[in-house]
Amino acid sequence: MDTPIRKPYSSAVTPGETPERRGFLKQGIKIAGAIAGTAALPALAAEPIGKEFPAWSTAIGKPLSTYGQPSRFEEPVKRYTGSAYGTLAPGTGSARTPLEKLEGVITPNGLHYDRSHNGTPEIDPAKHKLLIHGLVKRPLTFSIAELSRYPMVSRICFLECAGNSSANATSPQPPQASAGGVHGLVSCADWTGIPLALLLDEAGVDPAGKWLLAEGADSAAMSRSVPLTKAYDDALIALYQNGERLRPENGYPVRLLLPGWQGNMSVKWLSRIKVTDGPTHTKDETSKYTNPMADGTARQFTFELGVKSVITRPSATMTMHGVGLYEISGLAWSGAGRISRVEVSLDGGGTWRDAALQGQALPKSLVRFRLPWDWNGTPALLQSRAIDEKGNVQPTRRMYKAENAVDGRFHNNSIVTWSVNADGSVKNVYV
Amino acid sequence: MFTFKPVGVTLATAALLAACATQMNDTVMPARGPNLGRVATAQEIRAADISIPPSGEGLPAGGGDAKQGAQVYAAKCQACHGEKGAGKPADALVGGIGSLATSKPVRTVGSFWPYATTLFDYTRRAMPLQNPKSLSDDEVYAVSAYVLYVNGIIAESAQMNAQTLPQVMMPNRDGFIDYSRK
Repeated sequence: MDTPIRKPYSSAVTPGETPERRGFLKQGIKIAGAIAGTAALPALAAEPIGKEFPAWSTAIGKPLSTYGQPSRFEEPVKRYTGSAYGTLAPGTGSARTPLEKLEGVITPNGLHYDRSHNGTPEIDPAKHKLLIHGLVKRPLTFSIAELSRYPMVSRICFLECAGNSSANATSPQPPQASAGGVHGLVSCADWTGIPLALLLDEAGVDPAGKWLLAEGADSAAMSRSVPLTKAYDDALIALYQNGERLRPENGYPVRLLLPGWQGNMSVKWLSRIKVTDGPTHTKDETSKYTNPMADGTARQFTFELGVKSVITRPSATMTMHGVGLYEISGLAWSGAGRISRVEVSLDGGGTWRDAALQGQALPKSLVRFRLPWDWNGTPALLQSRAIDEKGNVQPTRRMYKAENAVDGRFHNNSIVTWSVNADGSVKNVYV
Repeated sequence: MFTFKPVGVTLATAALLAACATQMNDTVMPARGPNLGRVATAQEIRAADISIPPSGEGLPAGGGDAKQGAQVYAAKCQACHGEKGAGKPADALVGGIGSLATSKPVRTVGSFWPYATTLFDYTRRAMPLQNPKSLSDDEVYAVSAYVLYVNGIIAESAQMNAQTLPQVMMPNRDGFIDYSRK
C-alpha cells in the first residue's frame, strides 16, 4: 500500500509535481477529468495508464465460484503424505498438517491431518446409520438426517494422533524435516455435533455399562474402547468441521470427537456404539497406541494427550534472511485443559522467557504463542516449553526417552529444539 | 462499523470477547434430544456386532486348526506378512517372545498381544487389507490358530473355536498396565 505509485500520465499533473500516494493519484485523475471536460488537450494523446499496472489490474477477473479454492500460488501449502505400505494400500498412513506454513490456530479443512488405517471410504450419507446397542434399555439406530435435527454444540478443540512426533522419539539422528513433517499430526477445528450423552440417555444405559466400543464404517472397521465417563463428560457425535460437513478423510458423515484424547479414539465414519461392561481390547488399544516401558510392560489406555508445544516459525527447513527482528511463533496445547504459560529459550533450555499467548487459551485447543526476537546472527537453540492449568510441564526429550521403551513412540510430547545457525539455516536437533 | 469512534470499537470488541468467553467456559450442553432413534431389531444388531472382547462373548460358531490355517495363510496373508508370519512388507506376526524387556524388543502377535480374541476380531474385520471381511468364520478361526501355532503358543492340532480361543493364554497377557483411571 505504501509503495509509491508511478505517475499515471504526464498531462494529468502539474509539471514538476510527482504524486507519491494513491490519494495524490486520485486527485490527479479528478483534475484531469475536469480539464478534459472543458477544453481540448492535445497532451492527452499520450499512453493510457494500463501499461503501468500488472495484468490482473487490466483484465476482467475470474467468474464467481461456487466453492472457493486457495490461490494457485499457495499450491505448495499442502499436507505431507506418507503411506505405510506404499501402493499396496495408498490410503493407509498419514497426511500431516504443514504447521510451519499456517498461522492462527484453526486448521483449514483441506489441511487437517488425516491418519487412516485402510483409506477413506466414500460414504453415502443417505445410507449411513449409527447404531447404539449393548447394555442399553432400547437399542437405537439413527440416520444422518435424524441426527442432523438434534440440538448441537460447537467447540474449538485440537485433535492429535498419539503417534505424532514419533520420529523425534525413535530416530537416532534428528529427522531433517519441517515442523509439520515431524509434528503435523495435530490440527485444530471448530467442531459441531450432538453431545453423545443425549443419545446415550435416549437409549437408556444399563447401570452395568461402564465402557463403550466405538466402530467405524471404513474397511479397517477401526474400533476403540472408551470409558463412559468420557462419553458423559465432553464427547460429541460430530457432523460439522469449521462450519461445513466433515471432510471425507475426517470422518464424513459422522465421527466421534473426544476432546484432548488420542486422535485414534475419535473414531471416524462412526457406525456403531456398543455399551459394554469393560474394554474390548481391540488391536488399536493393545498392539498399538499403548506406551511400552523400558521394563517390558506397556501402559494401556493412556488416553489423555500431554502438554506440548512447538515453534513453527522459524523451524527446520526454513532459512533466516539476515539479522534483525523476527517473530518466534508457535503452537501449544494440552489434553488436560488450558495452556497457562509458554516459555521460550534461545539457548537450548538454559534460560527461559515468557511468550505472549494470543487471544484466549481455550481448553483442549491449540493456542498461538509469540515472542519478538532480534537475531544478531549468532547461532541459537530455540525451544518452547508449555505449562497447562493443571501444572503439567512439557518434558525434555531426555525425560521422554528415559521413561519409555527404546522403541517407544506414542505420546511424545517432549520439547522440540531448532538450531538456528550463523548461515541462516534452521535444523532439527536433539539436546 | 468503521464509522464508530475508536473508543466505541474498543468497547464493542471487549463485549464480544466477554460473550465468547462465557459461552466457551460454560460449554452448556442441551438437556434433551428429540428422540428420533428407531429401535434396532435383533437381526440388525446381530449383523453389525462383530467386536469380540477377551471373554469371547459374541464369537461365532465354527472353528479351525493350524493345518487348515496354513492354507488360508499362504493364499490370503503371506504376500504381505511373509513366510510363517516373518513380516515384510507388513507387520511381523511371529517371534520376539521374551524380548520385550531387552534393548531390542520385537512386538508381534506372539510376543506382545495380550488376548487371542483380538487376533480373531481384527482379522475378521480388517483383513486381508485388500479385501477386508472376506474370510469365512472358519477361515478366521483357522488362520488365527495358524498364527498362534507358529508362535509356539498352541499345538498344531488344537482346534480354535468359540470355547477354546478365549482360553488361550498369550505370553504377554499380564504385560499391560491399565492407565484408564490415572
